[in-house]
Amino acid sequence: MGNRCAVIGVGQTHYQTKRRDVSIAGLVREAALRALEDAGLTFRDIDAVVIGKAPDLFEGVMMPEAYLADALGAAGKPMMRVHTAGSVGGSTALVGASLIQGGVHDRVLVVAFEKQSESNATWALSTHLPFNASLVVGAGGYFAPHIREYMRRSGAPDHIGTLVAVKDRQNALKNPYAHLKIPGINRQMVESTPMLWEPIRYLETCPSSDGACAMVLAAEDKVTGTPAWVHGAAMRSEPIFRAGRDTVNPQGGKDCAADVYRQAGIGDPRRDIDVAEVYVPFSWYEPMWLENLGFAPEGEGWKLTEAGCTALDGDIPWNASGGVLSSNPIGASGLIRFAEAALQVRGMAGEHQVDGARRALGHAYGGGAQFFAMWIVGTDKP
Amino acid sequence: MREVMREVAVVAFAQTVHTGHDTGLIEPELLLPVINEVREQSGLRRFGFTCSGSCDYLAGAPFSFVSALDVLGAWPPISESHVEMDAAFALYEAWVRLQHGDVDSALVYGFGKSSQGDLRELMTLQLDPYYLAPLGLDQVSFAALQATACGADRAALDEIVRRSRADGRNNPYALDLPDPSGDGFEVEPLKPYDVAPITDGAAAVVLAAGDLARELVERPAWITGIAHRIEPHYLGIRDLARSASAADAARAAGVGKGPVEVAELHAQFSHEELILREALGLAEDTVVNPSGGPLAANPVMATGLIRVGEAARRVLDGSAGRAVAHATSGPCLQHNLVAVLEGSTP
Repeated sequence: MGNRCAVIGVGQTHYQTKRRDVSIAGLVREAALRALEDAGLTFRDIDAVVIGKAPDLFEGVMMPEAYLADALGAAGKPMMRVHTAGSVGGSTALVGASLIQGGVHDRVLVVAFEKQSESNATWALSTHLPFNASLVVGAGGYFAPHIREYMRRSGAPDHIGTLVAVKDRQNALKNPYAHLKIPGINRQMVESTPMLWEPIRYLETCPSSDGACAMVLAAEDKVTGTPAWVHGAAMRSEPIFRAGRDTVNPQGGKDCAADVYRQAGIGDPRRDIDVAEVYVPFSWYEPMWLENLGFAPEGEGWKLTEAGCTALDGDIPWNASGGVLSSNPIGASGLIRFAEAALQVRGMAGEHQVDGARRALGHAYGGGAQFFAMWIVGTDKP
Repeated sequence: MREVMREVAVVAFAQTVHTGHDTGLIEPELLLPVINEVREQSGLRRFGFTCSGSCDYLAGAPFSFVSALDVLGAWPPISESHVEMDAAFALYEAWVRLQHGDVDSALVYGFGKSSQGDLRELMTLQLDPYYLAPLGLDQVSFAALQATACGADRAALDEIVRRSRADGRNNPYALDLPDPSGDGFEVEPLKPYDVAPITDGAAAVVLAAGDLARELVERPAWITGIAHRIEPHYLGIRDLARSASAADAARAAGVGKGPVEVAELHAQFSHEELILREALGLAEDTVVNPSGGPLAANPVMATGLIRVGEAARRVLDGSAGRAVAHATSGPCLQHNLVAVLEGSTP
């Protein structure tokens, strides 16, 4: 894993449908300045910048790191642009951490963003390479069959997705940066919304958000303020068209989790992790990932959700921030998971703080549930 | 940066026979033989880390890198990442990952089919979307601004193109392009032949650390220095006649610590070679782009990685002791990476 690395600053924008008041550069700079302020640093203190976002078609700017170098104070420094589909936010954090773990830099600024209001994500996700089949269905249409297969295998009752949708939105009410805030959110409200891709109802999906998230990462001897130490970091990818690949419970997710748990010395994730920020863009992905990440045996993830274990006052809170279901600037969504995990173990999550959180999981996935990025952060130095 | 970095070397390099037109192969089909070739050269089937570079806008679709995983046969799942940049930057990411010390090998690849779109107009979309892109400034036009700024001598440019194309004709992987001729300008002061040709292609490199590199090949091409720097985006606030970021990257990579026998430069326009020679402080006797360089084959997103591969190849085969590779990104050499490759470690 190399040298020790810590998160010493986190910055987020208030996620919302349209940020008409800022350019793309203004958006990323807002998050970056907040992260620097949290760390008590300025752009001058930063050695390198790593930026991530989902497909460039989302804003219509090709390789926007070239344009954003100025706004992120990167001139004269190394700058990297990461793109690993939906997991990109997580990967961006890991590429930034790698620069410190590899002993190349002392302080790295990582930023991820999406300004979804600049275009139409479902359109951008539905175009396809020449000579390849396209489903023209966007993300929801792609993942709904996987969810139906999960329900078939596990025998989970129909209302589990609804429970996740309600729980995450209740958490969002406690997060000042969350996009979707629905006072009084309850099951009836979710169940009364239109069915988009069976079994996914409108309120069981993530919103389209404009937003950016940033973190300042530091080497051990450059830590200032309150650190969240990186205890483990891992990525895994698997081929989308491999016959026999299990898209419901992907091997890549299992392997990535095993790797990151091994690094962090975690034997039983449900016992050893205090809070998890997991990429759940459609409600049913909570029980699915509970199993994939080893928090529950196969077929039993939904029982944890149903019993309230993943609620803010449960034994293993998932997505205390409200998660992707409440805020979704796509390219940033993974980084937000990683950043919220850091905020929890720094004790700086405010109203959605999980009491006594000392070890947290940040998780992101992307592509056809084939790209995974995860880290474990902790209060204690590893 | 740590005082002593882990020894990492290029141990294998392969590229497609690049074409100036669409041959009907999709990107994964371009890539497969190249991946097989570096596996064969290195004797490695699996790698500790994998990183690639490609561009969705070249493919005209999101996630151009996803189907490449099918080519790799990434099973069991692999530790992998991707940059939406030239694959030379993916090589940098892999080099950093190898510094951690827990993995010893990395696969790096890049691919692109410029034939599928209008590269010149596509590159407009890389500009600031509010203030620059709406002006419609295309890639050749902003390159012409830079050529004007550096006051390039026409005879010098002609000679760069003549030499590059002649070398390209001797390179089985590059295009066969005739000696430059013709009076008309593409965009003054650039002539059509000053512009790198539209090219489809792919390339792959294998990196290995320390003892593994020594086991795999007789003469690893050690990366004794590698660094990159970006500079401001706006053309109006840069001195276009110089490349401050290439000079900084070259200093950080230690180019000046010894003689440079060969330099492979990612010059997509003839005048860029002049700017880069100066920025990197190359001597008169340094052989520049013996492969023909990008003016003889420019598979965008792989072109920079090919510079590293071509420089490394000359160290691997013993024909050079110390070589330099350069890769660039962004309009008018905005972002530059420089690597030093040597036959022996310090």
